[in-house]
Amino acid sequence: MTNPSENAVTVRNVYKNYGEVEALRDLSLDFPRGQLTSLLGPSGCGKTTLLKIIAGLIPATSGEVLVNGEVVKAPGPDRAFVFQDFALMPWASVIRNVAFGLELRGVPKSEREAIAEKYIAEVGLTGFEHSFPHELSGGMRQRVGLARALSVDAQVLLMDEPFSAVDEQTRRKFQEDLLGLVQNENKTFIFVTHSIEEAVYVSDQIAILLPRPSRVMEIIRPQGFRDKDVDHIRRDPEYLDIVDRIWASLRSYVE
Amino acid sequence: MLARHRANLLKLCSALIVFGAWEIAGRIPVSFAFPTFLESCAAFWALLIDGTMFVAYLETLKPLVIGVFISAVLGIGLGLWIGLSRAFDWLVSPIFVVMQTAPLAALIPLLVMAYGIGLTSKVFVVCIMAMPVIVLNTGGAVRNTPASLIEMGKAFLGSRRDVILKIILPSAFPIIFAGLRLGVSAGFIGAILAELKITPTGVGDIITYSRSIADYPSMYAAIASIIILAVLFLNVLERIENHLLRGSRKSLAAD
Repeated sequence: MTNPSENAVTVRNVYKNYGEVEALRDLSLDFPRGQLTSLLGPSGCGKTTLLKIIAGLIPATSGEVLVNGEVVKAPGPDRAFVFQDFALMPWASVIRNVAFGLELRGVPKSEREAIAEKYIAEVGLTGFEHSFPHELSGGMRQRVGLARALSVDAQVLLMDEPFSAVDEQTRRKFQEDLLGLVQNENKTFIFVTHSIEEAVYVSDQIAILLPRPSRVMEIIRPQGFRDKDVDHIRRDPEYLDIVDRIWASLRSYVE
Repeated sequence: MLARHRANLLKLCSALIVFGAWEIAGRIPVSFAFPTFLESCAAFWALLIDGTMFVAYLETLKPLVIGVFISAVLGIGLGLWIGLSRAFDWLVSPIFVVMQTAPLAALIPLLVMAYGIGLTSKVFVVCIMAMPVIVLNTGGAVRNTPASLIEMGKAFLGSRRDVILKIILPSAFPIIFAGLRLGVSAGFIGAILAELKITPTGVGDIITYSRSIADYPSMYAAIASIIILAVLFLNVLERIENHLLRGSRKSLAAD
């Protein structure tokens, strides 16, 4: 069933209980290598819980998560996390924040700063290396968070509603940049969002989760518009159809 | 610049009002034991010139410096432990809450019985005054480290030690320092209290002796000298803090 060369991450029969509350029930899901999979669902559906279980930050009650065929027990070098609230250290400069993952891995200072500079440039923050987080806008802060995740060169990027705290224009730019990243970086992206448009826009595969207890309702793989120019996606009939279809099925779960 | 000018002017006004009221109250006089401001200044000058003040402070600073040093090192250590461990918090915090609220003057006879009238008892008094606020502030600051920062440290493979040294401590640093400042002020009170209640030495001796020979100007001069020294010391501490926190100072207000 699981071919490690095809799926970078496999979630198998995962249950998660918080005391009496069942957060996840018998959840199974495959994440194809080199693609972006969105976890989409109304709030409280456990998508962030699932992401943190994959990250190894919280343990599953039962079931297992495989990354490259190996069972996840703790955070590992094969995964990097992008946080919803950016999780930047306010006392550290941009370059130290970006290089922090490497610092924790014991990479020497000059080497890790060279790598950090490269990714700071890649996310478009050249010139801000020695600024502090409070001097940056929300969008720029998340670029720092993204650069930090990229700089550790993990194969799997876990993104927890990364664009929910930035303004709409910045968000659109981020989404376009993300498509470029998926194409160029050859990494597997797992992307949590509550925005239907965002999920359809950026995803190769969309897993729709339903709440209480959380389970996968449907997996949708947009086919037609993925290779088109980013400017045309939002006008593509298939894009519009999928957005409508998802809303139709989620509508009854939104109170 | 203008605002700063104004702030200084207001501070000067406030000092003039206080000293002016003191001078008037002394001239009425409200009590024969209450000297005027100018008489106290003259006595201060006299004590300074004949070296009495220096000799006295050499004595007073001994328990103060030792006590504050012990309180800082032990207090931050215990506070860190309290912040990290629920069980230790329940075990130890109540002791410091009690210490903070206990009427110290009433406990001094007990200390003297146990440790005699020497330096040890005085150091104890300083510690009892200074340590609780340092411990409790540190504990609170450590416990309130943003959860997402700790999660970030774990996700990027930080060890427990890394997370404590590179995330929790720097994050708690501003509040630890605030506790340190409060602790030092309390330590000053403790040092003088010890000299008044245990054996009259140092500045406490000037106060006690001046009172016994009804040299009230000298007594008030000695009391004023303590306040001046405490204010100077707190200013130095604040400068050190500002220097250490440079970049992140503003961020705390911003986030």
